[in-house]
Amino acid sequence: MDLFEYQGKQYFARYDIPVSPGGVALTVDEAVVQADAAGYPVVVKAQVQVGGRGKAGGIKLANNADEARFHAGNILGMDIKGHVVKRVWVEHASDIAEEYYASFTLDRSAKKHLLMLSSQGGVEIETVAETNPEAIVMLHIDPVDGLSREAARQACVDAELNPIAIDGGADILVKLYDCFTRGDCDLAEINPLILRPDGGVHALDAKVSLDNNAAFRHPEWDEYRATEELDEREQLARQHDLQYIGLEGSVGIIANGAGLAMSTLDVVNQVGGEAANFLDIGGGANADMMTAALEVINFDQSVKSIFINIFGGITRGEEVAKGIVAALGRVDLRAPIVIRLDGTNAEEGRAILAAAGIPASKLTSKPTMLEAANAAVALAKGN
Amino acid sequence: MAIFVNENTKVIVQGLTGGQGKFHGLRNRDYGTKVVGGVTPGKGGQDVEGIPVFDSVADAVAATGADASFIAVPPKAAPAAILEAAAAGIAFIVCITEGIPAQDEAKVFNTLLRNYPGTRLLGPNCPGIISPGKCNIGITAGEIAQLPTASGPNVGIVSRSGTLTYQALYELKQKGIGVSTCVGIGGDPVPGTNFIDCLREFQVDAETHAIIMIGEIGGSAEEEAADFIKANVTKPMSAYVAGVTAPAGKKMGHAGAIVSGGKGTAQGKMDALRAAGVLIGLNPTEAGELMAGIVKGL
Repeated sequence: MDLFEYQGKQYFARYDIPVSPGGVALTVDEAVVQADAAGYPVVVKAQVQVGGRGKAGGIKLANNADEARFHAGNILGMDIKGHVVKRVWVEHASDIAEEYYASFTLDRSAKKHLLMLSSQGGVEIETVAETNPEAIVMLHIDPVDGLSREAARQACVDAELNPIAIDGGADILVKLYDCFTRGDCDLAEINPLILRPDGGVHALDAKVSLDNNAAFRHPEWDEYRATEELDEREQLARQHDLQYIGLEGSVGIIANGAGLAMSTLDVVNQVGGEAANFLDIGGGANADMMTAALEVINFDQSVKSIFINIFGGITRGEEVAKGIVAALGRVDLRAPIVIRLDGTNAEEGRAILAAAGIPASKLTSKPTMLEAANAAVALAKGN
Repeated sequence: MAIFVNENTKVIVQGLTGGQGKFHGLRNRDYGTKVVGGVTPGKGGQDVEGIPVFDSVADAVAATGADASFIAVPPKAAPAAILEAAAAGIAFIVCITEGIPAQDEAKVFNTLLRNYPGTRLLGPNCPGIISPGKCNIGITAGEIAQLPTASGPNVGIVSRSGTLTYQALYELKQKGIGVSTCVGIGGDPVPGTNFIDCLREFQVDAETHAIIMIGEIGGSAEEEAADFIKANVTKPMSAYVAGVTAPAGKKMGHAGAIVSGGKGTAQGKMDALRAAGVLIGLNPTEAGELMAGIVKGL
């Protein structure tokens, strides 16, 4: 789960990482209240999870309440690359002497934590990595040992941070690592990490991605869930505990297993169609799950055909077939289904589907993934 | 021959008295796997359909001589269960648990590396391993795995994705091609066993004559495998990589399956494998057909 900047800063604050004083606002009036509290000048920042908001006019400096009102009015409701701005973060504008970059992630190849630190912050780190890779200090950290203050300090020295920023930088690195590990982040990034003229160091931005698997030990994450930007299809799927991702095409997809679901998308694409979604129904594929899955797919108005791709391993074919028959009795589908049922007891399953008396205009069965994909794509195209 | 497990492997099930552990543990026994015990703290002395239950892995090992463990416990308990098995001297651990936090996985992996170098962990979040006719640990339906033949040629399977592992087994069964061992390494960010670990074993396994590899988007495990194949694997291979059409930035079910920052794309992985001499199928069936062609020529 990706956090908005303001949530990231609030999360940082839990781990004592210094951030600019500020607050979040949903309305222009609230923004002015936050600006008054933070102290002028302030920066009004659009809260969207997409890069390039500064260029899009989503970050503005305000020297007084009138300016804050003016900018908040412009930014709230603004469309930035398809993301509508619902909130602004208003914080006291910082004097900046230097801008750095710091992040912690898991390096999957090395299977260690990775610190990336650079004295060249404020720009995309990918750009620095391409144009000036030696400007990034990369330090692998054994998760068993963690990050010591000495190692953090040495990293700041190696990254050639300003000598007066070394202690403050090391302090933030240790706290950011604590946030990354105890806070169960997939990514904890500060860009820019700033050095102020007064010698202080603090986080001017916050990019935090949380590991959903760790939600069980973080009740404080509930409030972040509430602001996640899901479309209606995705919200409905979440209510039913389905692994669903909305896409742009016209072939609705239901498959069991993430790999098979991905593979189904690929095959639909190969035969000239486009998937409307990714949906992993999981191992169960029983009547309740199938009903929920079909409801979510049916909700999507762009779906013109539905491709159900089930491989029975432990889940037996006849159970899947019974589930589909029961689900069809509960959901009034707009689009026809093409099913490919294979694996354990697939023949028994197909026999149940055939005996259920479902008209061919509503459901057809195909023996292979490829044939089923062809049929589903043809239906979606109205052939 | 087979890799990692064989007909003599003695397995205990951590979580045997739970729903998943009981269901799959008994299925594994029915398949012919030597399931010699179960572990559930506080339930030592009981039994599950004749399989004795112990309070700790150490007790179970002392009583049964088990050398492998099948872990089917919830995510909160799994990291401790893995380390307990390693501490008790278990050499091969299969953990099917889905949903372990990445921070815990990274810590467990590095603890094993440092303190228990003789222990191999398969998973977490994997379907397990099957050597058809010999041993089945995990959730694979044994009946979809074709038995290997003494004369060969037999195929080894290594896969990052659960259902696609079954799909690969099924494709080979349809074509009557024997399977030496099928390893599902799982889709999590920090798998205990990776492609290279399996490829290395398959390369030296006398019973394996060719290898199918099933990859998916995310990370760089397939690219690293391609480098290894180029330098070390002489046995013919086919492969499939799922997720060609997966949009960037969206996690496709698995914690590991995500294209981020332009890295981890299916196309990049397929290109790397192709450059290493692996035949690439555009779907699992095609990878199976390519393998049938390879086997015919052996």
